[in-house]
Amino acid sequence: MCSTCGCNQPSDAVTITLIGEEEHGHEHTHEHSHGHHHHHEHEHGHHHHTHAHSHDGHHHHSHHEHEHGHTHGKTVIELEQDILQQNNLLAERNRGFLEAKDILALNLVSSPGSGKTSLLERTLQDLGGEFRCYVIEGDQQTSNDANRIAATGAPVVQINTGKGCHLDSDMVNNALKKLKPENGGLLFIENVGNLVCPSLFDLGEGARVVIISVTEGDDKPIKYPDMFYSSDLCIINKVDLLPYVQFDVEQAREYARRVNHHLEFIELSATSGEGMEQWYEWLRQKASP
Amino acid sequence: MHELSIVMSIVDSAREQVAKYNAARVERIGLEIGTLAGIEPDALEFAWEAAVPGTVLEGAERHIHYVQARAKCAGCGNEFDIQQLFEPCPLCGEYFSDLLQGQELRIKTMTLLQPEPV
Repeated sequence: MCSTCGCNQPSDAVTITLIGEEEHGHEHTHEHSHGHHHHHEHEHGHHHHTHAHSHDGHHHHSHHEHEHGHTHGKTVIELEQDILQQNNLLAERNRGFLEAKDILALNLVSSPGSGKTSLLERTLQDLGGEFRCYVIEGDQQTSNDANRIAATGAPVVQINTGKGCHLDSDMVNNALKKLKPENGGLLFIENVGNLVCPSLFDLGEGARVVIISVTEGDDKPIKYPDMFYSSDLCIINKVDLLPYVQFDVEQAREYARRVNHHLEFIELSATSGEGMEQWYEWLRQKASP
Repeated sequence: MHELSIVMSIVDSAREQVAKYNAARVERIGLEIGTLAGIEPDALEFAWEAAVPGTVLEGAERHIHYVQARAKCAGCGNEFDIQQLFEPCPLCGEYFSDLLQGQELRIKTMTLLQPEPV
């Protein structure tokens, strides 16, 4: 049972809440109400970017069904269907919506504790006067991060994935309906802290940003290559701590480039402010039509 | 454990096809998975055991064709098999290569069983 409003939704079900809505005003995605199947009622998507430098040339379009035999009560069908087709289709709908509204959407991915939320807080404070900023926060539980973001004044929707280890395009689609972003804004989607699973799921973002911090190992890019392969920008955060940790920035960049030679890099510290201007410049360039 | 989501997606597709063809269940399913698709065969097996019983895929023979990942070197143009996303070109040692195949994640075929005539 949901601990908030006492409905029959299991507490690990996906919930999507616009922060600032009146209490108990959260809506559940009731189509996910089949116990542990809750977040599997929709198919999930493989990432494919639509930028010019996109490095995936694959097949996520039409599946051609061919009925083959119909003998002995058997039907053989050739599906040729992408397993993540449902997610991919919905991601493209999100992408189309965002493009039409001239909104730059960024999918922020990292392991837990890399400083995504702190980076976001500072960015919203610094750019709030320049852009209309919107945030979708993904966490398994709690609205803690969304509350931190809401304190900056930016509209924010919290998605709690329950047991889910990643956001998918259906959740983002529902969150967008609550967020109702205006034209020309910036949308930051803070994914669940996880360097593995979110890499497979296209949300409809314009660019994917992977964040690592210097308190992690500099070999993260080759330990979790899929995420670095699917990202467009790599932010190396907490560089103010470099004197105190054994993190070789050049080595980390070299590893990441081996995985994905299209990757861009920005080194910064959301705490000290070092490098933040470079990040803002990157955002301005991406956001300009 | 995104493999569980993957298996649930496969179950959804199977359910869709079974309904479309008025079949009883799936006898055989053929999947195509790239070696760099981000799917761990063991985790997929585990997720399959957890999610498939009680669905139209219960008891179905599962055939997985793993597609060997290949890349093309951005330096010398050599095409080669890769096991990881960060392998150097065996000819020139260059790390900058682009993936040609190996991220497939597809349902190729399904064999549907019609209900027994009564």
